Amino acid sequence: MSRRSVILDVCVRAEFHTLLLVSLYLLFAGHNQPGGGFAGGLVASAAFCLLFVSGGEPAVQRVLRVRPTTFLGLGLLAAIGTGMVSMLLGDEFLESAILKATLPVIGQVKGSSVLFFDIGVYLVVLGMVLLLLEQLGTTDGIDHADEEVPS
Amino acid sequence: MAVTLVLPFAARLIGVRAFYLAALPPLAACVWALSQWGRLADGGAVEEQVEWVPALGLTLGLRLDGFGFLMVGLVAGIGVLVFVYARAYFHDGDPITGRFAATLLAFSGAMFGLVLSDNLMALFLFWELTSITSFLLIGTKDDKAEARSGALQALLITGMGGLAMLGGFILLGEAAGTYSMSAILADPPSGAVVDWALVLVLIGALSKSAQAPFHSWLPNAMNAPTPVSAYLHSATMVKAGVYLVARFSPAFAEAGPWRPIVVTAGLVSMLIGGYRALRQHDIKLVLAYGTISQLGLMMVLFGVGTPEATFAGCALLVAHGIFKAALFMIVGVVDHQTHTRDLRQLHGLGRAWPVVAATTGVVAASMAGLPPLLGFIAKEEALYGLEKTGFAWSGWLLAGVVVGSALTVAYSARFLWGTFGPSESPSDEVAPTPGRLFMAPAALLALLTVAFGLFPAPVDHTVAHAYDALWGELPERHLALWHGFKLALLLSVVAIAAGVLLFVWRERVERLQSRVPALPSAQGGYERSLRGALSGAGVLTGVVQSGSLPIYLGVILTTLIVVPGAALWGSATSTELWLADSPLQVVIGAVMIVCAIAAARVTRRISAVLLVGAVGYGMAALFEVQGAPDLAITQLLIETLGVVFFVLVFRHLPDRFPRKELRGSQFPRVLVAVASGVFIFVFTLVVVGARTEPSISSEFIERAVPEGGGNNVVNVILVDFRGFDTMGEITVLAVAALGVAAIVRANRRGEVDGTHDPSTKVDEVVER
Repeated sequence: MSRRSVILDVCVRAEFHTLLLVSLYLLFAGHNQPGGGFAGGLVASAAFCLLFVSGGEPAVQRVLRVRPTTFLGLGLLAAIGTGMVSMLLGDEFLESAILKATLPVIGQVKGSSVLFFDIGVYLVVLGMVLLLLEQLGTTDGIDHADEEVPS
Repeated sequence: MAVTLVLPFAARLIGVRAFYLAALPPLAACVWALSQWGRLADGGAVEEQVEWVPALGLTLGLRLDGFGFLMVGLVAGIGVLVFVYARAYFHDGDPITGRFAATLLAFSGAMFGLVLSDNLMALFLFWELTSITSFLLIGTKDDKAEARSGALQALLITGMGGLAMLGGFILLGEAAGTYSMSAILADPPSGAVVDWALVLVLIGALSKSAQAPFHSWLPNAMNAPTPVSAYLHSATMVKAGVYLVARFSPAFAEAGPWRPIVVTAGLVSMLIGGYRALRQHDIKLVLAYGTISQLGLMMVLFGVGTPEATFAGCALLVAHGIFKAALFMIVGVVDHQTHTRDLRQLHGLGRAWPVVAATTGVVAASMAGLPPLLGFIAKEEALYGLEKTGFAWSGWLLAGVVVGSALTVAYSARFLWGTFGPSESPSDEVAPTPGRLFMAPAALLALLTVAFGLFPAPVDHTVAHAYDALWGELPERHLALWHGFKLALLLSVVAIAAGVLLFVWRERVERLQSRVPALPSAQGGYERSLRGALSGAGVLTGVVQSGSLPIYLGVILTTLIVVPGAALWGSATSTELWLADSPLQVVIGAVMIVCAIAAARVTRRISAVLLVGAVGYGMAALFEVQGAPDLAITQLLIETLGVVFFVLVFRHLPDRFPRKELRGSQFPRVLVAVASGVFIFVFTLVVVGARTEPSISSEFIERAVPEGGGNNVVNVILVDFRGFDTMGEITVLAVAALGVAAIVRANRRGEVDGTHDPSTKVDEVVER
């Protein structure tokens, strides 16, 4: 990144966290209002895209210490896990259950077990975009991924 | 099963003593089976039905009858001994111990399931489980190439047989209307379909029991640690095929293909196995080919399907399980102490290890069928049973079995003499004597083979009830050492004499064998078909995956046009058209049209991408106007990210599209492009008016809140009603992302190495 736009930088800094919040809102509201895991994941991805455009890969890596493939794996695990849990409880694979809980301060909360499935979708989408950004975005032709110290 | 899960951790804590823990479940099974003996003795059976996957109609019907008891006795009894033996075979600190013990126990469990399950589907499942655990156990030493290829070969061959068997089971189950084995056998269906089903089932049984022409995997499976060979590849797993044939034979022996296939395969295996065993120098391979030979005899006995032969088969099952497991254990001891299994290098062990040599002598004699051992009694019964079949060809069969028995005597002697006999090059170096615990299991088995030879009553009871379970009546005959001067005794004497002669003239026999041109071996056949499958796949991939992007796109688009297009051609009806539902749609539509035309006209790549993105935004706006906010959001986001990625890729490409004159060679592309445009246009028009069934959306809307618990129908469909689809989609997404990453990374490696120039490469791909 040779030239950096100050305006873009500042805007991104202001928007980034808001976008992530919006994406979470879409994820959790998705069952009853427009949104859902897919849309939420896309918004979060867009936030990271903005970050990438303004600051390049270092900017993304500053915010995120997790490898994109971890998101992919966690997402698939969450989705499959939701299905397995409902199967273990004696229902069909991915049969949804409606859960109610009373939380302090917020009051009664109603949710569906498929929320976890949706979280899985969210993570997979985000992981995919991050992985593509990492792979397609490098300009110097050197693979940064290989230089990382394995943790 | 719980013990299986605990074992790997236990092994880390208590080392090889974990094998004692592993021996507990088989021991418990032994005790359980014995406790049921009272009920079995009346000819009854213990049955237990467990609903397993009710949605698929799968029940785990377990059924223990007399024959099941015999098999459980083999699996559990030898299982306990093998675990004790493995305790001495492995050493503390061996990292594979835990994994090995767990897998071996898992196999043991699968084998119990196999011999106990009454439902054909459950039987198949356990059958495959034993194949998989066998694969894992053969490949225990996964740093050895032979172990890996041997494991793979066993898995491929038995897996192939298992699939054939599954097909056979399904045909059989559909023909009979039930998947319960006892019900099918009580009232066997018949007809051409059943004949084919039986052929398929037999392929499974023969491949599992390493019968010609599927026997090539068993010798290579000898790369497994010896406890595995003693347990899986002699006493239990390879008997699964024999078990199945024994179960089916009383009901299906009269069916067309049954006797020719089983008896031929069995006899050929018996002779080939015996012949090959005489050529081996590795004592473990001598035993492996000997196992093929003995299994062949069992196949013949059960396959003939007459009561007397079945009786003999049951006796041989017990006898073989005992002596072959003991022999393998001894091979393990020899290998473990001297680090060689080559009988040309082994020498002087007889004098150094008198107890081991004596034990081996006893069990080898039992294998050869010498009196007064259990092996002799079983062999006598076999000859008697085949004599009494009453078929025209039974004389030939009997002759073949006598030749096979002679070979058995010869290779038994070869094994014993080669391992423990004096050697031409004696040296003072003597391997350390094996520990007591190491020899105890084999010694116990040797003791049993003597005891049951002299007092065959316990075995006789077991075999009689096994026979009862198969034929529905108790046998008139009993096992005994002495039946009087009968034909069977004479044939035994002939076989033993011939075998001894073969051994005495062993040098001449070996010379003869080396002069005989090599027979077409099953191993060669396996290798050829494996290579054929691989190269065939290579050619197919080369044709289908040409690597040219335009060809891929062309094929996809042409298919799109031709397949639904052909259907449209005949049925296209005119639709009532209207301009728009709201003026907003007209404006958005106009913008989209302008952008689309502009996208095709501009010369800069980035501009083209942005214009295509604008068309997408327009589409999102249309969705919103129609009242589909979810679609609109998704479309908007996808377009945005799409543009970002296009920009990332296009950075590497020249700014402008190359200007070229239209050439004749581009004509097909133009045709495909125009045709797809026209097709989509017509298709959309027709689809609008083509609905004949009521829309499913109203049903989904009704069900969304009560069943899915959400007001957003689109989301409820995605994550609940069609959750399985979404599951598949995100999996594809993840795999595709990994694939793209891998391709990009591979290309970049090439760049760093300087093997190719990146810009021209990408250009080529895009422009071609």
